[in-house]
Amino acid sequence: MYLSQKSSDRRSLLNKVLTVVAGAFVVIALIPLLAVLTYVLIQGFGSLSLDLFTQLPPPPMVKGGGIANAIVGTLLMVGLASLISVPIGVGAAIFLAEFSHPIVGRWVRFATNVLNGVPSIILGVFVYGALVYTTKTFSAYAGAVALSILMLPTIIRTADEALKIVPQEIRWAALGVGAAKYQTVLMIVVPAAIPTIITGVTLAIARAAGETAPLIFTALFTQFWPNSLTQPTPSLAVLVFNFATVPFKNQQQLAWAASLILVLLVLTTSVISRFALRRKTF
Amino acid sequence: MVTQLAKPTQLVQSGSNPGQILDNIFIWITRLFAFSIALILVLITIEVGTEAIPAIQTFGLSFIFQQSWDPVRDNYGVLPMIYGTMMTSFVALLLAIPIGVSSAIFLSEDFLPVSFRTVLVFLVELLAAIPSVVYGLWGIFVLIPLIRPLSEWLHQTLGWIPFFGTSPGGPGLLPAGLVVTIMILPTITAISRDALTSLPPELRQASIGLGATRWETIIRVLLPAAFSGIVGAIMLALGRAMGETMAVTMLIGNSNNINVSLFAPGNTISSLLANQFAEASGLQVSALMYAGLILFALTLFVNIAAQWVVGKIQKF
Repeated sequence: MYLSQKSSDRRSLLNKVLTVVAGAFVVIALIPLLAVLTYVLIQGFGSLSLDLFTQLPPPPMVKGGGIANAIVGTLLMVGLASLISVPIGVGAAIFLAEFSHPIVGRWVRFATNVLNGVPSIILGVFVYGALVYTTKTFSAYAGAVALSILMLPTIIRTADEALKIVPQEIRWAALGVGAAKYQTVLMIVVPAAIPTIITGVTLAIARAAGETAPLIFTALFTQFWPNSLTQPTPSLAVLVFNFATVPFKNQQQLAWAASLILVLLVLTTSVISRFALRRKTF
Repeated sequence: MVTQLAKPTQLVQSGSNPGQILDNIFIWITRLFAFSIALILVLITIEVGTEAIPAIQTFGLSFIFQQSWDPVRDNYGVLPMIYGTMMTSFVALLLAIPIGVSSAIFLSEDFLPVSFRTVLVFLVELLAAIPSVVYGLWGIFVLIPLIRPLSEWLHQTLGWIPFFGTSPGGPGLLPAGLVVTIMILPTITAISRDALTSLPPELRQASIGLGATRWETIIRVLLPAAFSGIVGAIMLALGRAMGETMAVTMLIGNSNNINVSLFAPGNTISSLLANQFAEASGLQVSALMYAGLILFALTLFVNIAAQWVVGKIQKF
């Protein structure tokens, strides 16, 4: 190519211009990431303190205070959501990868993708109608149910992929020595796929921890400690939403601190899963 | 490959020994879990649909074309929110398609060493991982002040265009659209890139062999070949843009009026839900459910169409 084309050629000039333009677009795409990350890091670290993890949110204009109740609330609801979604998700993936008829499998995978595309606010609306409206109270478990539906598609897809790449021979070997199907799956196939499944679960948890829309009218928020599953429960994500839109500097700073925690959670899980998944696929 | 586990053992195991009973129970449990996904979709439709019935009976289809949202008089219409949803999605797609598709091209070609490219691909995907509410917070304190000078300039020089017709001031359709752009970029880039990298290498070889330059190959051969994948990517991004809630709610200004200007505050269906649900009662809840049903139907339609388009290419 270099021998035949003159560098002043109109075609090769256009070629270079387009390369530069496309490269510039990649830079433009990454500017927001850097801008968001640096701003959250600077603002967030600026308001980090021990109180953050031990104190309740302060009233407007009062210095100090923390977001401990929101941390507890998020842990509580994400934990509950995982208890619901991990068994169902992994079970569904086992059915897809091990037992399903190809056509049935295709439809269930299709449904999983569609569920993944349902806006998270609609999940909130659904759980509001199904649990909040009927029980007449915002609650931690309503929030957890909404989050668990949100987590399901991610868990199913990664677990499905993980199970599919387990070599067929070890299934035959297990069945050959007389294991039942459930024994083969639970004691041989799933353990072989477990690192990738855990990665998928971690990604789902990180995503759920940052989700706000399914919580604002299922779990709502409270300035106090969550002391029952059947009462409004605070969370980091809703705290950011509430405190971002108030004119009080101290509460805004807490919003930045909560954002920092959420962003760090997402960053670490993304980086770790990146390495874990890469090693597994080869 | 999928059903191999189910078949051979049926030959070996006979009758109703305990192993087989447990096997059947186990398979039925996993089947139940798998079908629960479809069940959830059905339940969402039924739940939101039945709660919306009072509003559907009261307002019918005029709900979609009516402009007022008035909880005091119990009179509801979602035209402004549908307009806001369409407008923010449109602005976002207008910006995200060129940036996203050219990023996908740049990151699927060998312009950069593989290791560096992998890092860039990862960083673009990371854009999707940052929580929506964090984008909203950033938008309020960084993006809105940042774009104000540009908006002022646009208003002063191009103010005769209705889209720049009002004087910029804080929240509005434009900042909401910009943040949605950022949030759908990774969807467009990642799926377009998949479509481009899964093209057979012969296409490229043939085109280069005929004397085309690299960009002639990209524009005349690769992009047309990957077209359906890119369209699928854009449709999935549209689905995300329409359903995006928190960042938009924090940036759009939540005014239930139609204003053509991008600098004026507006509202989307999702931010209407986010703002009003917690305090709503009576017919308002039903009206919100109706609005949610419309959003659900819109995103469902776009998503199913996108699955269909993307599914066609993934069979490689």
